[in-house]
This record gives sequence, C-alpha cells and structure tokens, in this order.
Amino acid sequence: MKKKTISYAKWGYIFLIPFFVVYFIFSFLPLIQTFGYSFLDYVVSQGSVKSIRNPGGGADTIINNGFCGFENYANVLKSDGLFTLSFKNTVVLWLVGFIPQIIVSLLLASWFTDIRLKLKAQGFFKTVIYLPNVIMASALSLLFYSLFTQGGALDDLLGNPVLLTKIGGARGIVGFINFLMWYGNTTILLMAAMMGIDTSLYEAAQIDGANPSQVFWQITMPLIKPILAYVLVTSMIGGLQMYDVPYLIGGTAGNPAGVLKTLVSQIQLGKNSSIGAVSALSVLVFIVSAILGFITLKIMDDQSIKTRYGKKKKK
Amino acid sequence: MAQLKRFLAGTMALCVAGSLMTACGGSDDSSSSGGSTASKSGDSAAANSVADVSAADTEKLTEENVGKKYNIYCWNTEFQSRFETYYWPNRDEALWDGVEVNWVINPNDDNNYQTKLDEALGKQSAEGGDDNVDMFLVEADYCQKYVTSDACLDVIGEIGLTKDDMKDQYAYTQEAMTDGNGTLKGVSWQATPGLFLYNTEYAKQVLGTDDPAEVQAAVADWDKFAETAQKMKDAGIFMVSGFDDTYRCFSNNVAGPWVQDGKVVVDPQIKAWVDQTKEYTDAGYNNKTSLWDDAWTAGQKIDGKVFGYFFSTWGIPFTLLPNTLDKSADEGGEMAEGNGGYGKWKACEGPQAYFWGGTWLCGAFGSDNIAITRDIMLKLTCDADIMAQITETEQDYTNNKAAIQKLIDAGYSNPFLGGQDHLSLLSAAAENINMNGKLSPYDQGCNEEFQGAMKDYFTGNAASYEDALATFKTNITTKYGDLSMD
Repeated sequence: MKKKTISYAKWGYIFLIPFFVVYFIFSFLPLIQTFGYSFLDYVVSQGSVKSIRNPGGGADTIINNGFCGFENYANVLKSDGLFTLSFKNTVVLWLVGFIPQIIVSLLLASWFTDIRLKLKAQGFFKTVIYLPNVIMASALSLLFYSLFTQGGALDDLLGNPVLLTKIGGARGIVGFINFLMWYGNTTILLMAAMMGIDTSLYEAAQIDGANPSQVFWQITMPLIKPILAYVLVTSMIGGLQMYDVPYLIGGTAGNPAGVLKTLVSQIQLGKNSSIGAVSALSVLVFIVSAILGFITLKIMDDQSIKTRYGKKKKK
Repeated sequence: MAQLKRFLAGTMALCVAGSLMTACGGSDDSSSSGGSTASKSGDSAAANSVADVSAADTEKLTEENVGKKYNIYCWNTEFQSRFETYYWPNRDEALWDGVEVNWVINPNDDNNYQTKLDEALGKQSAEGGDDNVDMFLVEADYCQKYVTSDACLDVIGEIGLTKDDMKDQYAYTQEAMTDGNGTLKGVSWQATPGLFLYNTEYAKQVLGTDDPAEVQAAVADWDKFAETAQKMKDAGIFMVSGFDDTYRCFSNNVAGPWVQDGKVVVDPQIKAWVDQTKEYTDAGYNNKTSLWDDAWTAGQKIDGKVFGYFFSTWGIPFTLLPNTLDKSADEGGEMAEGNGGYGKWKACEGPQAYFWGGTWLCGAFGSDNIAITRDIMLKLTCDADIMAQITETEQDYTNNKAAIQKLIDAGYSNPFLGGQDHLSLLSAAAENINMNGKLSPYDQGCNEEFQGAMKDYFTGNAASYEDALATFKTNITTKYGDLSMD
C-alpha cells in the first residue's frame, strides 16, 4: 500500500533544474560581474585589434585602470551624464504610452465584464486586441517607421509633416506603438481581476440605484487595486528597459533632439567600449527596477489581504 | 503505470535539458568539428609559418592549402557577387579542389561588422583550422584599425603577390593599407573617386543643357553650386537630396583625421559642411533626407525632384542604378533606356574633388588557405582582363590603370549614363586622391554620430551648433570610451 503514495515533488525540482542552471550561468553571473565592472575604470579601445600573432603580448585593447570607487556613478549621474537625460526620456516615453493604455484597458475590461452589457463575440474581440502583442516590437516599429518616415504613406496623407523629426511626433509614435502592443495584455489582466469580483456586489449596487460610473469608481476600482498596482509596476519595469522601439525609430542618436535615447540605448551605445560607465548605468537601472518591484510586493500583500479577505475574517 | 509515468517524466526532463544544450551550443558544434580539422592540419600550417613564404613557393603553398573551408567576412553582397561572377563563373564546377567557400555577412551599421569581425579574429587560432577567418574585407572608414593590427597578412611577404603584379593599381589604394613599417596589408579591386551625378531632364529644364561640360560649369565651385541650387529651387527641384549628401566632399578634404592623440577633433572642413548644410536646409535647397533612407532613395527616380547626388564609383552601379529603375532586373526589367532613369543620368566632376569609401581584401593571419587568398587577390585585383570586364559590365571603377586606359582608348561609353564616358572623369580624379593623414580607426563611429547629432541642428531641434556638438561629444565618448573631446 505504501507504494501508492509516490511523491511527485521531486519531479518539480528536476524540471526546474534546467531553468536554474541557465539562469545562473547566463543571468546571475553576468549580473554579479556587472556590479564588479561598475566600480572599475574599464574601457575597451575600439581603435585597434587584439594581437593574434602574439597572444597576450602587443598593445592591449582593454584599458583597465582598476578600482575607481564611485567615480563611474558620479560621472553617469552628472547633469549632462548618461543617466539624467535618458532617465527623463524613458519616463516620458513610458507615460505617453501608459496613460492611454491604462484608460483604454480599464474601459474595455469593464465593458467586457459588465453583467448588463453582455457583449457578443467577446472571444473575437479579446483575440483581436491581443494580436498586436504577438507581433514583434521591431516589426511594428519598422512598419510605423515606413508609414511616418519622409515620403511614407501616412506622412504623404498628412501633407508631409515628417512627424518623426518632431519631438512631440516622435514621442507620440513611440508611445502609440507601446500602447498598441500592451493594451490587450493589460485588458486581459484587468478583466481577470474584474471577473474575480463577486457579482452580488454589482446586483446590490444596481438595486440601490447606483449609476454605472458610481459602480465603477466605488466597487470595481477599489477591488482591482492590487492587480492595478501589479500592472502599473510591471509596466514601469518594462518601460525602464525600453529600447527596441525607440532605437528603430530614432537610431543611435535618438533623434530628434535625443528624446528617443533611453536608458538601455545608452547602455547599448557604450557596451563595446565604455564598460565601466555603462555597467554603473545598468546597476542604476537595476536599483530603480528593484525598488519598483519591492513596492509591488508591498502593495500586493497589504491590499489583497485587506480588501479581499481581511474584512471577512474580522467578521 | 506509475513506472511508465516516471519514465515519461524522466525522458521529458532529459529532452528539455537536451534541447537547451543544443540551443545554446549551436556554435560549439561547429567549433568542435573545426577543432578536429585544426589538429589534422596543425603540422602543415605550422610548417607554413607564414613569414618566409615568397612567390617562388607557389607550388609548396598549393600543397599546403589544407583548410577545407574558406571563410570570408564582409558586410554586404557586393564582393560576393563579384566573386561569383568573375572568380567562380562556372558554379557547377567545384572550387579549389572541393574547398567550401563560406560567406559571413554582418551589416556595417553601428560598428556591428567590426564587432563581429573582432570577435572572430580574437578566436583565430595560429595553427589554422576551418573556423579561422581566411579573408576579411575592410572599408576606408575603419581600415586603419586593421592596418595597424597584426591580424592582416603581409600581401607581399606572406600572401606572395609581387609589386609587379600590382603595378597598375592606384598608389593611394596601397598607401591607405600600408602600415608604419611599409608593409602592405590589403588590396582593392576598386578605386573610389567621387563625381556629381545629375538628372539630365532637370538639367535641360533648368539649365537648358545636359552637356556634362556645361553642367560642370554651373557647379564648378560652391558659390556656383549655390546659384544653381537657387535656380533649381525656383523650379521646384531640390539641388541635393539631404543633409549628408555633400558630407564626403568636405570630410575627405580634411587637414587631419577625426582622432588625433586620443582626442576627437572637428576639422574646419567638417564645420564648413555643417554651415553649408544649415544654409542649404534653411534656403530649401535640399529635401531634408538622411543618407540611405526611403525619401533619399526615392529622389533617385527620374521624376524624384532631386537634381543630383554625390556618388563615388561604386554608388553608380550599386545604388543609383537599382534605385532609378522602374522595374528592377529581378522583375524582368530591361537594362535599356525607357526603364525609369536608365540612360538619363550623367556625371560631372562637381564643385570639389573627393573620394568616398573603398573596400579592401585582407588575408587573415592563421588562415590555412593562403594560396587561395593569393589566387583571389591576383584574379580579382590585379588581372587586367577581369578588371576591364568588371568595369565594362558592372560599371564599377576598377583599380587597374592599364585596364581603364584600354577601355577609354577603345571609346568607352556607358549606356546607363546616356553614353557618356565617365571613366575619363574618374581616372583624372583618381590620380589626385590622397588618403594620407586623413584616416583614423574611429572614422565610422565619428561620421555616423556626427551626422546623427548635426541632423538636430539642421532640422531646428537643437537650438545651436554648440548644443548639437555637445550631444555628439556625449555620444562619441560613450561609444569610444578611450577617446576624449574638448
């Protein structure tokens, strides 16, 4: 009889091994290494090639002057340093995409879950709004680039304003691509949260004579707060790492006026040469992301327990 | 049942783990197979010891052609198509006794090619091996980086070409690839003097003539160029397409290279380009495009509203010709007048002599197929007949004075340029090219970042030249951490 209770737990661990091995080698070790590099005065010269005939000898392409304390951080954080401008750019680009994204997603999610509206063909709409997320960001960026570039189809239609060379236009287009890619995903997450709300609450509100906007602000919003916080913070962390879309639209210079230069594009710009400086920048991105992650955990823990179960338990 | 499940679970775990290994180890596979060949060929390659090979050892070298794979690193298909048309025309026949040719193509932009090439050269094994780079191509913008390194084989001492083989090449193509010790590190099949290519229909409409001599008179210097630009503007035509078109006229006439003693220096000529382009942009002489973008390309149609483009020799067949056709050769378009702008462009010297680009072939140290490298170099950069053939059919300007002179003497006319003999113009310009003291290993990054930063100044997004210059400074010192700028 004893044989019948087989523990499958160990298989869980065995299945996890490949992930942890890969994570350890390809993510964790480089992470530690980056921390190390960020304290070194470490530059790789791009103007010469490592000696092949005399390996180890000859002029070295790596210029490593050793430990330099927080000098890299000080340089990166200067007012004209790599961090300041690109952090501002990143936040602006993220906001331009995120604000419409959260508004549209909330609206769509509450429509889809509305018990009185009973939308038909929901599956179809859910698929359609999720579809842009399936397309690669780079493919979408190139599509928009060719639409809005000088002489592109939409540019011609609008009378050649060449939006990509205008600060507002470029930010708007990058924001729109991010919006388009992520609003479907956010809608699905918020819908999941809204469907978790007890429908009897809505029925009770209707009987009490609440109008739809009252129901939304008084019942839906408070109850989906934890998921909303989760959406907000994951989007922020994703936004901090924004690179492909702005790069494909604005190139390495992040034109126009460098407003498309994000934190990660600075890292990409210097990754082959200014190792120390961009390592420090990477660490700063890591710290900001870690703080945001910590805030999510905090909010999720407190809010979900208090609003969902805390009150019930007190009864 | 439970046993079966356990067995299945175990197998799946193995599969997952196995697929991960293969996914990450794709390149390991080839390197391990390369390793075994390397050990096989190790002895003979060591005996090769490269340094003491002279032309007389040809036979010996052929025997020592031990690698089974010939790796060529380049950034586009230009050389590949030359190679396949003129070096290996009979594709059914095996090349070099069954040695396989392997093209590794990485686009040039953003130093991508250099990074990939440096990585590959870093793994180069001195004992040879099929994973070693055998030949790589370099461009004028960064050739200095490789000339000063020991990655290139000495063309004369190690590859075995003789000075006599190369006597008809333009001297500047060799000077550019000669290091401080006088060692030649690479050879080119082309010379790259630049011309001003103009749209004959607009020339007739605005200037009343499309005769190269008379058009040249209208663009003979920058003052006349601006005068003509004004006339073009009045007719609704842009003189040049964008910001970067005139760049090479200035950047190739600088007094000193971009980088001097580890410092980035903006030459007065470069500043002159900025001033002129700002003036042209404000006056509406250009269409505000950037090099290579869609609108820039579209202007090369015969009704593209752009009067002219500055092109170096390779730009005519490789860029202008395909861009101006209505129906490309792949779609069955005929290479004859009537197909878009074919036959409707002509060339003149333009306001300032300049050169643009240039591609050199370098043999890589550690190659175990040096005899092949020598053969390619002999046929594709020295052989007068092949050179003449390339110029005639591809309209490329080949690096062989004798071949070019022969074509000119035989009454060369270029049907794409409406029957014009542009070779005479080019050969006069090619004699005057001097790259000495104008190149630095960092040119590609400097050119790209400078043009990118200045675009803001031209479009008005940066308030002043100083602002744009500050952006350039931040970008260039990040991209090249070993450089500084005042």
